[in-house]
Amino acid sequence: MSPEKRGWKDIPLAGVCWVPSTEYLTGDWKTFKPVRDLDKCTRCLLCAIYCPDGAIKWNPEKEDLEFNYDFCKGCGICANECPVKAIEMAVE
Amino acid sequence: MTLVKQKVLAMNGDEAVAYAVKQSDVDVVAAYPITPQTIIVERFSEYVHNGEVDTEFVCVESEHSALTACLAASAVGARAFTATASAGLALMHEILFVTSGCRAPVVMAVVNRALSAPINIHCDHSDAMAERDSGWIQIYAENSQEAYDSVIQAFRIAEHTDVLLPVMIGLDGFFLSHTLENVKVLPDETVRNFVGTRKFPLVKSHEGKLVPFRLDPENPITIGPLALFDYYFEIKRQQEEAMRKALPIIKQVHDEYAGISGRRYGNGLIDAYRLEDAEIAAVCLGSTAGTVKTVVDELRSKGIKAGLLRLRTFRPLPTEEIKNALANVKAVGVMDRACSFGGFGGPVFHEVRHVLYDLQTRPHVSNYIYGLGGRDTSPMMIHQIYQDLQQIVETNRVEKPVQFIGVRE
Repeated sequence: MSPEKRGWKDIPLAGVCWVPSTEYLTGDWKTFKPVRDLDKCTRCLLCAIYCPDGAIKWNPEKEDLEFNYDFCKGCGICANECPVKAIEMAVE
Repeated sequence: MTLVKQKVLAMNGDEAVAYAVKQSDVDVVAAYPITPQTIIVERFSEYVHNGEVDTEFVCVESEHSALTACLAASAVGARAFTATASAGLALMHEILFVTSGCRAPVVMAVVNRALSAPINIHCDHSDAMAERDSGWIQIYAENSQEAYDSVIQAFRIAEHTDVLLPVMIGLDGFFLSHTLENVKVLPDETVRNFVGTRKFPLVKSHEGKLVPFRLDPENPITIGPLALFDYYFEIKRQQEEAMRKALPIIKQVHDEYAGISGRRYGNGLIDAYRLEDAEIAAVCLGSTAGTVKTVVDELRSKGIKAGLLRLRTFRPLPTEEIKNALANVKAVGVMDRACSFGGFGGPVFHEVRHVLYDLQTRPHVSNYIYGLGGRDTSPMMIHQIYQDLQQIVETNRVEKPVQFIGVRE
């Protein structure tokens, strides 16, 4: 969400979205954030597959996973699915 | 604009509506039959079957689906029409708000009928009055000719880029829907040219492009998104603005149509009858106006200064017009063919009395609830209302602000 909100005269007709949904940061909804134990993590990518917000991605340059906290809502599915219990949900 | 030669067809109100839709180059009709609207759907499906129209006719399983289909069709840029009555309109309730909120210019004929229980298939305005806050423009026809004319005008009003709101055309169940009348119809070509093709305002999309306001895979936009406390209010405020903008456009479209057809219904918003010097006046909607006019003539022949104000457009409410029309009347009798249970009188009474409050010297206003469930409203009953108004003028006070006319004690 942009910090400055527009008035009704400046909003497109019927509230047609004037910005893509990626500009609406939903990461501040979370209470718990996933914290990964890099030693335990086997990079199996199951967390990335299960993440409902696409907030976990494989970075080929770093050859590692990246958590995007701008969109992670802290649902904890990644922690639940991790087969080696490498993700812990910590209070933000 | 020159008057067009017209032919006269013997049609009832439903047939007149179907005929108007047939001529209005409608892309999609989705409807579910319900008495007394059924004839509209029947006739129109015959036009489709006979290849007389180039319209996609969608048979649906309910009115909720009928309006949803029309909304979806309208969102992709089609011209969409549906028709319903009573319980059917009530079942559409949710989607009425979605349609107006998405600014989809769907046109719907509402053949006004009472709501259950007890089950009743006859005329009153409870169905449409229950939806007066749904964001739809509401126009009530006095006769089948006006129903025909209003449906054609409705497409132009709804689709006007300053308006983009859905329109309901109300016609009284059975009194109009099932009563044969001589209806003058314009040539197909004239109507087609009058309604034209839909125009789309440009909106800025999430890709930063200015694109037509319709769902198009080539130029994607999102219509009807989630908007919470941060934006919902602003979007609703836009709707109210569109309603205000619709007032002059309804008049403008009505004038333009009158130039072709030679038919006028007041100024398109209000239709005043012998009101200029009236001391007592009735206010009503729909077909009752015909009976009231007869009574006004009778009273006038006896030297009683009676008049009538018929509200043709109820939403948006033509507040200034109502105020000006009734400013010099001494007593106003508002007739409501619907009851707002537990309220102070009927819905039309609420609005009219409310509008007159701002006048420096305001007329007395009383309310007469009549004709529920199709109860016949005779000239005698209308006389009773005018007698009451005369008494109000004489005594300079309203003894009973809300009365029920034609109900047995």
